[in-house]
Amino acid sequence: MSDVRYTKDHEWIRLEGGVGVVGITDYAQNALGDVVFVEVPEAGKALTAGGEAGVIESVKAASEIYSPVSGEVVEGNAGLDGDPALVNTSPTGDGWIFKVKLADPSEVEKLMTEAEYQAFVDGLD
Amino acid sequence: MSAPETLLTTPLHALHQELGAEFGGFAGYDMPIRYKAGIMAEHLHCRASAALFDVSHMGQVLLKGPGVIEALERLVPGDIEALKVGRQRYTLFTNARGGIMDDLMVTRRETDLFVVVNAGCKTDDFAHLKAHMPPGTVAMLDDRALIALQGPKAIDVIGRMDSGIRTVPFMGACELTLGGIACWVSRSGYTGEDGVEISVPAAQAEALARHLLAQPEVMPAGLGARDSLRLEAGLCLYGSDIDQNTTPVEAGLTWTIGKRRKMEGGFIGAEPILDQLFTGPRKIRVGIRPEGKAPARAHTLIVDETSNEIGEITSGGFGPTVGGPIAMGYVTPDYANDGTAIGLVIRGKLHPARIAPLPFVPKGWK
Repeated sequence: MSDVRYTKDHEWIRLEGGVGVVGITDYAQNALGDVVFVEVPEAGKALTAGGEAGVIESVKAASEIYSPVSGEVVEGNAGLDGDPALVNTSPTGDGWIFKVKLADPSEVEKLMTEAEYQAFVDGLD
Repeated sequence: MSAPETLLTTPLHALHQELGAEFGGFAGYDMPIRYKAGIMAEHLHCRASAALFDVSHMGQVLLKGPGVIEALERLVPGDIEALKVGRQRYTLFTNARGGIMDDLMVTRRETDLFVVVNAGCKTDDFAHLKAHMPPGTVAMLDDRALIALQGPKAIDVIGRMDSGIRTVPFMGACELTLGGIACWVSRSGYTGEDGVEISVPAAQAEALARHLLAQPEVMPAGLGARDSLRLEAGLCLYGSDIDQNTTPVEAGLTWTIGKRRKMEGGFIGAEPILDQLFTGPRKIRVGIRPEGKAPARAHTLIVDETSNEIGEITSGGFGPTVGGPIAMGYVTPDYANDGTAIGLVIRGKLHPARIAPLPFVPKGWK
């Protein structure tokens, strides 16, 4: 099992070698509602942990996506251009947003585990 | 998430909670933004069938007594004198500079005028009316709820309960008995669809809403869908698309100024407004279609081909029926023709767009 970690801004990151795949959680997609456009970061863009990486637009409003870690964007999910609703229907699968080459793999250790994130979300309502 | 103590609630608040609404503050009220189906589904259902909206936060006012028509005509550019009994008109409260204080609906009834104003303006509107209408002629109807049923099936639903609606034209109004409840019903709305707006005693509002929701065509819709529906229909949102600094001429609402009123004036702000009819406005409200997929929200800067500022978006988002981003905003008259290429600055990047005719969807009423 690959390890998935979470942020308080409701992003998830799954490590595949030295590269992290990032998306938003099911809780986040549900709170945003119908996603109609995603501005994914371009390959080569430098990201900092907690810094802005892209924008998700729902019918209702625009919301920023923050990068869970520092590093360089390897790839934005081109599939979201034609089908942004993948973020709603498959937030942790085909609805991933970008892949990032980690500058410092130890940053992941500071993020929440699945159990910690679940407890965090349960405490929000 | 519970609402702060300071927000007001409508008589349907408990029902919204039961229906799983997500709430948000709007004009001082804790209002349903969406239900479980979500804004997109609620919007599309309204265009295909019938959607129920709680708009009880809006202000309902009765003007009754000698001289109310003449007095109201001092405050609005609409021809109220010519309004027939059982007919409704969209008009505007204007200020001395020709700006818009609020937009409102006025219905002439046998013995009074029934007025509906925006929630966010109702306190100011009431004071404005009190100050200018004959003493004792203005009454705020705090004890009534307002429910809108909108969509191509709305008249079928209401007609099953009281066939009287079938002979009422769009922008007409009458008293109907719906599920045993005496209601004041106008055939109008804020979605671009056919439908009704029902004024009902607050104590019976929940019973009526449950009765309507029990009909197979009907689904509840929140303020999120109400906003995307009215934007596709090219209708102004007060405080965003029109305000104290926008005139009816700039807003493309010259059609609300009655012919006689254009000749005679006699309303607050008549001079600057009628003057602008001849000199032309400095800016004009237009429809805008971004050419890409990124929605352009309110306050997005509009620029010309050399990146000079020519205006600003006042409402913008995604149109579920259009299937893409849509917006309204103001541009200088040189750029107001349909098809004109413009630029939108979204998050620092230039996006191409074009001026587009309003509404974005064909009207669903006759």
